Amino acid sequence: MTKFTSAFAASMLAAVAMTSTAALAATPKDTLVIATSIDDIVSIDPAEAFEFSGGDLLQNTYDRLVELDPKNLSAGYVPGLAASWKVSEDGKTFTLTMREGIKFHSGNPFTAEDAAFSLRRVVLLEKTPSFILTQFGFKKDNVEQTIKATDAKTLVITTDKKYAESFVLNCLTATVGSIVDKKVAMQNEKNGDFGYEWLKTNTAGTGAYALKSWKPNESYVLEANADYWRGKPAMKRVFVRHISESASQRLLLEKGDIDVARNLSPEDVAAVSAMDGIKVAEDLRGRIMYLSLNQKKAPLNDPKVVEAVKWAVDYEGMTKTILKGQYTPHQAFLPLTYLGELKDRPYKLDIAKAKALLAEAGHASDIAIKINHRNDPQTMAIATALQGTLTQAGIKVELTAMTGKQSLGEYRAREHDAYLGAWGPDYPDPHTNADTFAHNPNNSDEAKLTGKLAWRNAWDIPEMTKATAAAVEEADTAKRAEMYRAIQREHQQKSPFVVMFQKIEQTGLRKGVEGLVTGSAVSSVHYWTVTK
Amino acid sequence: MTDHAVSPGRRGGLRAWLTTDTPASRFQARCVQSYLGWLRLAGNPLAMLGLGIVAALILAAIFAPLLAPADPLLQNLSGRLQPPGSPGHILGSDELGRDILSRLLYGARITLYIVALVVITAPIFGLIVGTVAGYAGGWVDVVLMRMTDVFLAFPRLILALAFVAALGPGIGNAILAIALTSWPPYARIARAETMTIRNSDFIAAIRLQGASPLRIVSGHVMPLCLSSVIVRVTLDMAGIILTAAGLGFLGLGAQPPLPEWGAMISVGRQFILDQWWVAAMPGLAIFTVSLGFNLLGDGLRDALDPRSGR
Amino acid sequence: MSLTGSVSGGRRAWLSSRSAAYKGGRVLLSLAFTLLGLLLITFLIGRVMPIDPVLSVVGERASNEVYMATRAAMGLDDPLYVQFFNYLSEVLRGDFGNSLLTSRPVIDDIARVFPATLELATVATLLGVLLGVPAGVLAAVNQGRWPDHLVRLVGLFGYSMPVFWLGLMGLLIFYGKLDWVAGPGRLDIFFEDVVPQVTGVILVDSLLAGDLEVFGNALSHIILPASVLGYYSLAYISRMTRSFMLEQLAQEYITTARVKGLSEARVIWGHALGNVMVPLITVVALSYASLLEGSVLTEIVFAWPGIGFYITNALLSADMNAVLGGTVVVGMVFIGLNLLSDVLYRLVDPRAR
Repeated sequence: MTKFTSAFAASMLAAVAMTSTAALAATPKDTLVIATSIDDIVSIDPAEAFEFSGGDLLQNTYDRLVELDPKNLSAGYVPGLAASWKVSEDGKTFTLTMREGIKFHSGNPFTAEDAAFSLRRVVLLEKTPSFILTQFGFKKDNVEQTIKATDAKTLVITTDKKYAESFVLNCLTATVGSIVDKKVAMQNEKNGDFGYEWLKTNTAGTGAYALKSWKPNESYVLEANADYWRGKPAMKRVFVRHISESASQRLLLEKGDIDVARNLSPEDVAAVSAMDGIKVAEDLRGRIMYLSLNQKKAPLNDPKVVEAVKWAVDYEGMTKTILKGQYTPHQAFLPLTYLGELKDRPYKLDIAKAKALLAEAGHASDIAIKINHRNDPQTMAIATALQGTLTQAGIKVELTAMTGKQSLGEYRAREHDAYLGAWGPDYPDPHTNADTFAHNPNNSDEAKLTGKLAWRNAWDIPEMTKATAAAVEEADTAKRAEMYRAIQREHQQKSPFVVMFQKIEQTGLRKGVEGLVTGSAVSSVHYWTVTK
Repeated sequence: MTDHAVSPGRRGGLRAWLTTDTPASRFQARCVQSYLGWLRLAGNPLAMLGLGIVAALILAAIFAPLLAPADPLLQNLSGRLQPPGSPGHILGSDELGRDILSRLLYGARITLYIVALVVITAPIFGLIVGTVAGYAGGWVDVVLMRMTDVFLAFPRLILALAFVAALGPGIGNAILAIALTSWPPYARIARAETMTIRNSDFIAAIRLQGASPLRIVSGHVMPLCLSSVIVRVTLDMAGIILTAAGLGFLGLGAQPPLPEWGAMISVGRQFILDQWWVAAMPGLAIFTVSLGFNLLGDGLRDALDPRSGR
Repeated sequence: MSLTGSVSGGRRAWLSSRSAAYKGGRVLLSLAFTLLGLLLITFLIGRVMPIDPVLSVVGERASNEVYMATRAAMGLDDPLYVQFFNYLSEVLRGDFGNSLLTSRPVIDDIARVFPATLELATVATLLGVLLGVPAGVLAAVNQGRWPDHLVRLVGLFGYSMPVFWLGLMGLLIFYGKLDWVAGPGRLDIFFEDVVPQVTGVILVDSLLAGDLEVFGNALSHIILPASVLGYYSLAYISRMTRSFMLEQLAQEYITTARVKGLSEARVIWGHALGNVMVPLITVVALSYASLLEGSVLTEIVFAWPGIGFYITNALLSADMNAVLGGTVVVGMVFIGLNLLSDVLYRLVDPRAR
């Protein structure tokens, strides 16, 4: 080797030695460092954001009129930026009184004007999550009347029909109901977009944190709002780093370079829970894993075939092995903990029964289907396991792993055979899933109700659609719950949906990190409750 | 001198016929060259090791059904992630309980398929483009090199991804995509070598004899570039298999449940810290195979290259 | 490339103003054509792919109305040539459009991610060359003996192992167990945005700002991924060096030089290596260029926010503005490198004119 090479090598080693002692091992007491996958964030405008990571960010930088208490999520909604509210006799008019003395991060005071502006722009911008508000009859041409700030402290919203009070208020707790600083938004407005272009990459809220920097697919940094109306957060800064590999997250957690790891695989969870200084928290989330069969493709529209598939899935086996700790068997379309939850699980793995049903249907061995699914490791494992059991029952399965965007196109066009995927609730009310799994007012191709899973799978259900529409208007909570249970029971028997699991989020934490509320089935993650 | 027109049937006669230095026909001359090349190869123990490995790969692929202890697709969820040495799983079991050894053996077929497709397409096309460009010079060179540059300038994975995305996922399309993006480096290397050779004396001599450019390029220039190309091909072998794994990582390569080695590593990466064998076994298989191809390639280069002087 | 079949009259002639201008003009023209070809093909691929860019933006829940409105706003309903023409005219004005995924100008995104990859590729190639060339020479000189086998096996091992395996193992051992290097990411989060961004290459920026602590931290983060990538570089470069050196050492002039009494070191390092420089430059340029396109898997394992991950992510979401912008940037560097190696070639080797 030349002298130069050895000199270079020596200096490199010296540099490494010098730097390793300089690296900080533990994170400061007032800083929270989280590793998770944030590559799904496309926009952080509350009128547009609809994916999980965006929801996480907005949960902590904005507040909503009605909120869920992170210390008691199952209690249901509580006052947020709206201190109290009244509902009219006919159930259509909601009068909300704003909380006093709250300021935005910019220093501007919060008033009902901002609330009206925030809700109106959701309807006017017509982005994906706008349906959450427009389902109440708010339209572009009537927002001026239906969403009004009658004075600085009062907001009046008028729905088109009488809906269950809990339904309306639950929808206001969703990300789309985040209250935006009107003055700041309009200062940055371009071409009448209500500040949309600017808010896609900036925040202007009242929340516990303000966004300090956001590098897409890299990280985002939040700084605490010292004047937060719920009290100053213990964590002055929150760093969220994008690390998509479970093994990398695990190593960082072990070394103490991060406090929280949110995407550990079951095997990595098992490994770190045995380690000193690390604990694992579990939280039942709202995401549901299902396999759906396109009713436009014969013989998948034969009820016996559909039932056969339901008996050819190894629910228990998968949750004990490949999904261990991260999914629990669940076979109804409402997530557990929701009003109207159904714990019945009528199906289990029974290959003989599946075979018999297929034979009865006259398709003992001639069915071949393609299952489209996303290509993340867990979904792929489930798909391959499904392929195994279905093959035993006599159905040939071809798997097509695609990235999220590819598989969706075919699905929305009703051209798939079968789709394996997950569905997460949009707001903490049972109508969110009922609307998509059990509601299909028009099954024709032209209707293009692409937001509804029942439509995508061409399931024609006039009766169930009526039942679902009735359930959302029922004011009596107990009765409403029964209605959803009845719908789900029928759904389990007759629908082309094979609901399989509900997600459990396992979070790896350094011991000493307390109070991280991941949101259960109803909400997103809360950073401002964390202490170390 | 011995009579070289003796029929090859007689023992000792065949050997003599193949080792003569005054061949009677062009066919015999070719046979002599090949045989001598083979002797040179056989004399190189590392090359023989390489040949052995490649032969083992081929045999494993052909006789997989006989050699494999279990069905490569048979799942056994309760027996998943068994370490090597467990009963029934010499090399361990994967995340769905399938036997890794069986999957490796069946995966050898897919590996061969990958290798064959790539070797047939990319280097040959690149060689042709490179030698023609290097020899002809002028605007032919410019046009061909610009074309090469466009493909070279493309981030290779992107082009492969785009091609596969357009055609649909699957191992065949993935390989075709990789092959189509691999030829430019061969073209550049061939061109570099051609430009070094083309002004040399023996080329001038052949040209004086009246050989056409086509003949010069195909008959004389290309064989000289062949050795560099072969070296590069063998080096690329592992890279191509791994690129296929990369495509699988992004969901566009071999579809489950195919036991393609690269896809097995991609899936196994989740378990890399504790259940290392799920990714390590196919990795070892790829390493062994690429070692074999490399050794064989080196040996071939030494044997075939008339300039190596051995 | 040569102008005519005849030999031009030496370096002076080549550098003479008229022929230099002529050559320069031709170079620029071919550059333009190559870029245009690049843009056109990428654009077509984007439109042909069955991935829907609209879905990337609106998400899976979107109603059909939202979908159609967004599609029209993105101009996807115009005929193909209109779209291409619009895009081209914007590019010529320096506007690469906004990325669908990040909602920012593509130029800003690339200015953020490209230096990261540049940094990584440069350090990796440096390692590869500094270790690979001597290794290749060593192997060639000792052909058939154990140093040769050692070099080949070491190179081969790194070359046949998947990069994420090597990376994860490296992280496990050198970060997890030995604590010699820092973990995934370019910097510890506390150092982020501490030094003002001048070039985007943290190693350079921290030196410019005189902040050695940040420099040290950045170095500790880059050393492992650069070594992993450098291993590949090393394997390739050492093999090619060995191959070229073997060819050279078999030549007659080597024997002549030895017979003349030159020392072995002079023969090898002075003469043989000198002649090997020519094809070796091509090899190094190719190696650097391939690292530049971004080793996506390395970037994912080490959470390195580079252009490889950027383009791949964009491609899979059909975010064509980002793909096109990224492809153009990487493409220009590729072409530039090739041009550079062509020029160096001609300057160094009188035979190749």
